[in-house]
Parts: sequence; C-alpha cells; structure tokens
Amino acid sequence: MSSLSFEQDKFTTISGKKIKELYTPADLDGFDYSKELGFPGEYPFTRGIHPSMYRGRLWTMRQFSGFGTAEDTNSRYKYLLAHGQTGLSVAFHLPTLMGIDSDHPLAEGEIGKCGVAIDSLADMEILFDGIPLDKISTSMTINPPAAVLWAMYIAVAEKQGVSPEIISGTIQNDILKEYIAQKTFVFPPEPSMKLIVDTFEYGSREVPRWNTISISGYHIREAGSTAVQELAFTLRDGIEYVEWAVRRGLDIDEFVPRLSFFFNAHNDFFEEIAKFRAARKIWAEVMKERFNARDPRSWWLRFHTQTSGVSLMAQQPYNNVVRVALQAMSAVLGGTQSLHTNSLDETYALPSEEAVTIALRTQQIIAHESGVINSADPLGGSYFVEALTAQMEKEAKDYIKKIDDMGGMVKAIELGFPQKEIADSAYWYQKAVDRKEKIIVGVNAFEMEHSPIPTLKIEEKVARQQLERLKEVKQTRNNTEVKATLLDLKKAAEDDKNLMPFILNCVRVYATLGEIMGALKEVYGEYKEPITY
Amino acid sequence: MAEKKLRVLVAKPGLDGHDRGAKVICRSLRDAGYEVIYTGLRRTPEEIVSAAIQEDVDVIGLSILSGAHNVLFPKIMGLLKDRQAGDITVIAGGIIPDKDIPSLEKIGIAKVFLPGSSTEDIVTWIGKNVKGASSK
Repeated sequence: MSSLSFEQDKFTTISGKKIKELYTPADLDGFDYSKELGFPGEYPFTRGIHPSMYRGRLWTMRQFSGFGTAEDTNSRYKYLLAHGQTGLSVAFHLPTLMGIDSDHPLAEGEIGKCGVAIDSLADMEILFDGIPLDKISTSMTINPPAAVLWAMYIAVAEKQGVSPEIISGTIQNDILKEYIAQKTFVFPPEPSMKLIVDTFEYGSREVPRWNTISISGYHIREAGSTAVQELAFTLRDGIEYVEWAVRRGLDIDEFVPRLSFFFNAHNDFFEEIAKFRAARKIWAEVMKERFNARDPRSWWLRFHTQTSGVSLMAQQPYNNVVRVALQAMSAVLGGTQSLHTNSLDETYALPSEEAVTIALRTQQIIAHESGVINSADPLGGSYFVEALTAQMEKEAKDYIKKIDDMGGMVKAIELGFPQKEIADSAYWYQKAVDRKEKIIVGVNAFEMEHSPIPTLKIEEKVARQQLERLKEVKQTRNNTEVKATLLDLKKAAEDDKNLMPFILNCVRVYATLGEIMGALKEVYGEYKEPITY
Repeated sequence: MAEKKLRVLVAKPGLDGHDRGAKVICRSLRDAGYEVIYTGLRRTPEEIVSAAIQEDVDVIGLSILSGAHNVLFPKIMGLLKDRQAGDITVIAGGIIPDKDIPSLEKIGIAKVFLPGSSTEDIVTWIGKNVKGASSK
C-alpha cells in the first residue's frame, strides 16, 4: 500500500502538497532561531554551510557534457572552459555507464550517443588532453564502474605528472539510487556496497581532495518522486553508506567530509528552496546526533544541483530557457555549491553548442546581474519558507524512520518500497496533468504549432572510429600483463581485499572497462531486477 | 461472450534505464482495459520480437531515450517482417528528434509520441487505429 496522499486542491505544489493562502507568525509557533536556523556557516546549517556564502565564492558552474568520441568531447570541454565554465562534468555513453565495451553486442546503436565513449585508458588520455588536472576539478557521472573510471582518471593525472593528492573532483558512485530509480546497475547490492566502501577507504588515504560519492536525489525525482521523497530517500541512502563504512571500521570524521550530495531543482520554486534548506538541517543532525561525528565538516551537506530534465517540454522548446532560469534561481537561493543548467533542446537530443551556451549564460546572469548573491540565505525568516522547510523536514524524517524500521535502505529496496512510492507519485502526477489539474504551458494549455529546432546529431562514423581504436588498443598493449592484472583483481575480489589498487594496476596496462567489470562479474554475479509497474 | 482484450507489449530497447514513461503508460493502458505485458529494461530487438510473437500481441509500444532508435527500430521492424508478424501495430515514444520521425514512419512505425503526450492521447490513438480496439 502506498503511503501517499495527494491533495486535490488547486493551490498545491507540484508534489501535491497543499499551500495556505497566507503564512503568518502563527505558523512559526515556538520557532527558535538558533535551534532551527543558526547563522550561515553554523550548526544546523539550515541557512548555508559558509558564513558569507556566494560573497566568498560563487557556486561552481559545471555543465554535464559528453558525446561522440573522446576527441569530440575534449573540444567541447575546451570550448566550455574558454567561455567561463569553472569545472568539468563528464557524461559517459551508455555502454560505459553499464560497464561494457563498445564492441559488446548491446552497445550497438549506442556508441557516443548519450555521452562520450570510454573503453580504456587510451580514451581517457584523449579526453583530458591539454586540460591540466591539477587546476580543474572534474565530476564523473558513473556508478557501477565508478572505481574503474576513477582509476583511469588517477592514471591520466599520473601521466600529466600530477599527484593523486592534488586532484579534485567527484565520482557519482551511488548505487542505491540506481536500484531505486535510474536502473543502471550491474552487481547485486552487497558487492556493490563493498566496492563503494573500498573507494571511501582508498580516497581518504590516497586521494584526499576527491569526493568519493555524490549521493543523488536527482534521478529519484526524475523518475517521478515528490520533493519529500527525493529528500528522504537521498538522505536515507546517505545514512546507509555511512553505516556500511562504519561497519568496515572507517573513522567517521575521516571519510564523511568527502561525501557530497546531488539534488534536482524542479518547477515549484519555494518547495525546492525548502527542500535544500531542510536537507542541510537533517544531515547535520543525523551526523552529529546519530553518528556522533565531531568534525564540523562532517556535518556539512555540500551539494550539486541540476535543473529538472523531465520538466523540459518538446512543445515550444524555447520556453524551456525560462523554466531552467527559475529552477536555477531556486538552487542558488537554496545554497547550492555547484550547478548544471539544462539546455532548451534536451527533449530532442544532446544539447547543441548554442543551446549549452544559453544554459551557461543563464547561470552567469543569475550570478552577476540578479543581485541574489549579495546576501546569504535571503529568504531565511520568511514565514512561508520557514513553515515549508519545517514541514519538509518532518515528512522526510517520517520516511527515514519508516525505512529504519524496515532494516535500512538495502532491505527497503529488496521490498520494493521506494520504487513503488515513486511509481505511484509519477502516475498521480501524469493523471493530474491529463486532467489539467496541473498546467504545463504549451502542452495542456496555451498550445500552438512550433517549427523544429536545430539539434546535435551523433554520426554513425563515431561508432566506427571507436571500434577501430578499441581494436588497436587490444593489439598494441602487453596482453600478458593484462591477463595477469585481471587475474590478480579477481583473486583480490575473492579474498575480499580493497580492490582500488588492483583496479589501478589493470587500467595502467590498458585492460578495458569491459574486461575489468567482466572479471568482477565472475566473482560477484549480476543483479536481476524484478519487473513491476 | 466477452470480447478478446487487446494485447499490448510495452518494450524497452536500448541501454537506458529511464522507465518512468513506460511504466506510466503500462498502468494507463491497463486502466483503459488492455492486457499489458512489460518487457523490463534493456531488451534486444530479438527479445522484443520474440516476446511480441509469443504473447500474440496486437500492439508494440517502444520506449527509448538513449538515442539509439535509428539503429534499433529498423532492426525490430525488419525482424517482425521476417517472422510474418508485420501486422502488429508498432508505436514509439521517448527522446526522438522531429527530423527522425519521417524515416521512422517510412519503416512502418505507425506513430511517434513526443514528450508531453498525454496518456489519453495514446489510449485514444490505439482505440481509433488498431483493429479490434473498439472495446474501450
């Protein structure tokens, strides 16, 4: 049975939450400033993790980007950096995301389509050619094979003469939300969690400036959850990772400061701002009270935000620029550390260079023209925003408690609980749109004809080029070394050792992603999802 | 005598895991009185065509958001023809650029639904265009 209830009232948020006509001091009865909010940079960080927020430093403008071959994406990165982008974010093509090589039968038709094709260190070297890894931070959206791609990045840095201690960036590495929402999974939950804890352990020792996970609500929301579900499931995922790492014997204050979060910025402006603020407060409390973390940096919820992909519409696509601007504004008012703004053409294809430039300019206009950066948490103290923040907090905590009672998130996933909650919300929302209870401009109201817009096309020759390079790599490397390192890796997996050093040895001799993941599949098996709808 | 319910296979070719749309459509078609079979994620053209024939469906709904439609759809349509199942109505949805639609229609995809289509549009379209769909 679903635990959801959606209000039929006209004045509800996009998540079906009823909003009052007016909020007054009566809505904040017993509100204690120092307990609920604190100053920015102070516990419980509701108002932000830094005292001066964007005065000290703007958020990182980080456009998620990748398509075609490593050469294609390398030139897009150089273009974005030249136009004022301040960090890189790699989108891999689906075969890489699934841990298979471009010559796997399932890769047919997918090569270079929704991201860049990376099969081995040879591709990674081209991807970052001419980009100084000691100066630029890089986020990589990669999950089951995260350890492998991270190892490739470390190896490229080594080749540039940059020590692992200096490089900075993020691997998404969040498998729980894959089972829940995005469905890019390879291994079953247990070994997947083990691999993730390996990266925490290795990172805190060897790559101290790297965020070894980006605990993601983004995909949960895109799959149809409400704002509260996004908040609750993401934080409960975070708790799950911390519990598994503590069980390994890791010291809380050594690895928790390297955990980062990733949220969605959807259409409902105030609901989103309340969500970001509540997230910081709940996480600070959980870390301090539940896990007894002592280092204040362990209490900080640092997060990246991306505007909502599903909110973009194919109809009258230029309207998407406005949607993105409003969503991005909510992320900034919510105190995000980095931001990706979607491009107007993403309901059709990967973004064109022109569309991605407008998306980046949107962030720059918010940063430099709107004036919202002048004061930290400018909406703090609004009766409405504070009441909504408190309500989000309470409802999220109820969900967290429910999942605790089930025995944790891995158990809840096995029971299908978050999956079912999200499917119910998605269905409710679609029906509300179909009945025109929720209006989408240009789709179920204010409709008109529009002409097609120019879109990026990935040529099929990309596949040929990629397959040729993969073949060449396999012919020119030392195959004896490859076999030996893969065998060592398999043995280490069987012996339950930390796999990071073994994976690094494999990538250095140009073992491919598919070969490395293949060796691990032999030990761990593969996850089969129960089919439900 | 009860009329035979129309049977629909909702299929996910391609490697992407975006199943929100496919699942919402499964539920909507079921609520509209159709028999719905959902393949689950990452099915090859061979698996989809075999499932369609085995389940004796009247309609296949393909959902893809990975960008591989121009390669995978022609394969599916070719296999259906090879196996004398060309009478099955095939519709599609997902992230598909306008300019790809004419070539997809040419190979026999009866209708492409873009993002923003209502579930009602899809149910109504099937009702009007698929033989034996008059029951609902």
